[in-house]
Amino acid sequence: MFANPFKLKKLGILGMNKRNIHYIGAQNDRKYYPLVDNKLKTKVVAQNAGISVPKLLVTIEHQSQLRNLKDMLASLDKFVLKPAQGSGGKGILVIIKREGDEFIKANGQRLQLRDIQRDISNILSGLYSLGGKPDVAMIETLVEFDPIFERYSYEGVPDIRVIVYKGFPTMAMLRCSTSESDGKANLHQGAVGVGIDMKSGKSLFSVQHGMPVTHHPDTKYDFSELEIPYWEKILTLAASCYEVTHLGYLGVDIVLDKNLGPLILELNARPGLAIQIANRTGAVKRYDVIDKQPANLSVTQRVKFSMNHFGMQ
Amino acid sequence: MSRRFQVLLITFSLAFTGFFIVWYKVGVLGIPFLPHEKRSVYKIGAEISFEGKNKPVLVSMALPEPQEGIQILSEDVASSGFGYTEAQTETGKRAEWSKRNVVGPQILYYSIEVFMEPGEYKPKLPLLPYEQKVETLSDLPDTLRNTAKNLLDDVRLRSADIHSFAAQLINDFNAKEPSQAVKILLAQGGENKFEIISRLLRYRKILVRKIHGLYLESERRNIALTPMLEVYDGKKWQLYDLKKGKVTRDKNFFIWQHGGDSVIEVTGATKSHISFSLNERQVPVEYLLEKQELIKKAAILDFSLFSLPVSEQNAYRHILLVPFGALVVVLLRIIGGLRTSGTFMPVLIALAFMETTLFAGLIMFILIVGTGLVIRSYLSSLNLLLVARISAVMIVVIMIMSFMSILSFKLGIKEVLTVTFFPMIILAWTIERMSILWEEEGAKEVFIQGGGSLIVAVFAYFAMTYPFVSHIAFNFPELLLVVLAVIIMLGRYSGYRISELIRFRSMVD
Repeated sequence: MFANPFKLKKLGILGMNKRNIHYIGAQNDRKYYPLVDNKLKTKVVAQNAGISVPKLLVTIEHQSQLRNLKDMLASLDKFVLKPAQGSGGKGILVIIKREGDEFIKANGQRLQLRDIQRDISNILSGLYSLGGKPDVAMIETLVEFDPIFERYSYEGVPDIRVIVYKGFPTMAMLRCSTSESDGKANLHQGAVGVGIDMKSGKSLFSVQHGMPVTHHPDTKYDFSELEIPYWEKILTLAASCYEVTHLGYLGVDIVLDKNLGPLILELNARPGLAIQIANRTGAVKRYDVIDKQPANLSVTQRVKFSMNHFGMQ
Repeated sequence: MSRRFQVLLITFSLAFTGFFIVWYKVGVLGIPFLPHEKRSVYKIGAEISFEGKNKPVLVSMALPEPQEGIQILSEDVASSGFGYTEAQTETGKRAEWSKRNVVGPQILYYSIEVFMEPGEYKPKLPLLPYEQKVETLSDLPDTLRNTAKNLLDDVRLRSADIHSFAAQLINDFNAKEPSQAVKILLAQGGENKFEIISRLLRYRKILVRKIHGLYLESERRNIALTPMLEVYDGKKWQLYDLKKGKVTRDKNFFIWQHGGDSVIEVTGATKSHISFSLNERQVPVEYLLEKQELIKKAAILDFSLFSLPVSEQNAYRHILLVPFGALVVVLLRIIGGLRTSGTFMPVLIALAFMETTLFAGLIMFILIVGTGLVIRSYLSSLNLLLVARISAVMIVVIMIMSFMSILSFKLGIKEVLTVTFFPMIILAWTIERMSILWEEEGAKEVFIQGGGSLIVAVFAYFAMTYPFVSHIAFNFPELLLVVLAVIIMLGRYSGYRISELIRFRSMVD
């Protein structure tokens, strides 16, 4: 029933209390939080630093702008609508095509213009933001995700979560949505987490609800055949977020676009602990190794270090 | 200094200070740490308020005197800027406050500590009745004279002595279907029941006086004195409760004032009002004996919560328990890993449980939140803005609460009336949070967090109602420093939570 806490400690498993005190509390200065909590700010800063992100098409800040929504969307066939300060994938609307006056969602549902207006109005009034603060709605290009992931995802965008500690990519996992998770990539909602080898980008283990699985529950494909392309580029992209955000403990969510390659989707200043289960590895061991490294390494040096030291195959 | 060292230093010095004061109080001053042989000491506080009109003010209040079975331990007067004296009048001792030029609202406090000591105190016997003005039936208007005379004759036939006469008369006035005579006297006498009964007794040359007092029972605030009649039979005074008839001297009835004068008289000011509060505390016998000595030699006791007015002391009895509730929350969340909806919601719910009793409280909480969730799910389809939605939920909560109270009162379930002790704003937020959780994360998460909150609330309830905890919380408030130290230390606990031992168990196998 219970794991022996001393065994867990020996394995270097990071617990919630230690994460809050020694990693989030010690490494992340609160004044930099707004940068990652607000996706609009993240995007602007990332673009300025030359980091690839999905292109921002429209921002809507006032209810009055909704009257012109039809014109704003006129040239867009597919797009993603999201609240700038939403969390946990709340309030995100994915439109994959238009038929006449209707907008088609990823799951096939048809929406009218006024449905989208109402969604945006909800976003602006703060329905999805922390504490109900008034928010901004952003419309960005739909990521056409790499066909390599089609086999491992059900009605959603699979993303790669990389934990970046002091600028070193430390651990990675692919989060695959399932029918149970309703197209969302959150593990506690039933998405599958696949641990990824830091050296090769190949899959290690897969877990759903904390329990090992071998195949995707909906598409039935074997996870062991999975290998993520552009691996070094993905790690470089993740590591470079350290300089931009000044956050020493960071979760970076990356998607692979068919044409544009890896793009930063979102940053998280309080990344979760489930990634350890998907990698069957305690994170503290790796953090301790990083703590011994000099602080002034370049992005390339850090990525090289991580690939050489944290490989498992 | 490293952060770790600072935390250690702070926790150590806090805990040391707390324990040192406790040691001093227990070891040197002899206050028992554990509750053993005890006596109830009641602190009765009188609070006189009035509004000055830029004129000299004279306030006179009746003072209680030692009485059979109840001893006075100490008296205390708080009246800044007022001159204070005690005067002996023919109807008893009175306190007198005076001041020239009083402007604005004023409050005077007088408090007295008494405890029950049966058998030890012998009142100065005989308590001589004061001269009673002679009144006869002819003082009454013609229309009422005959009615009164008939009633008195009738009662006389039904009684044997002075006591049974008084009891029968009071019974007549209390009858569900009063006789014609009583109705006429009440309707035309121009006085209340109390006055008429004492007047009728006086016509019979029975010595009678009005007294005011209060029952020494559980803690209460803002109470008024209960009026009673005392009748002299030639040997002793007998007490009569106008509602019950004869009373055999209730042991816990404390007489505040004898005689016909009013309890307070205020000259030179308006809006005068007096209210009483009652506060019970358990005190060891040896402490009782030495208390007066102790306060003189230990400033630390003089600077304690006991020096506050009684009603504030009662408030602190509750407030001082909250840190222990918070400690339970910190323990269960940081060490246990339980998830709750809202950080301190469980403590507030536990405080409500203390008034409602646990079982009734749990059922009411689940009923209110459950009904609230159903209604909130409809509100959610209306797509309201946040502030309006919360307010709507709050109003719904109030409606559910009043509906529950009315319905259960009609059904005769009195426990449910305590539903008013639930903090409704907190309930509204709980419903709102749970409902969002339901929509976003599913019912499972709602049950995890709702169940977690209730478990924490129940634990906090048990901690706060444990007699030892409430004893040390109030008598040794310096232990708050120790609680603070423990909480600061737990705030730096970076080990695993119990829930994580389950979560990560697959990694050890």
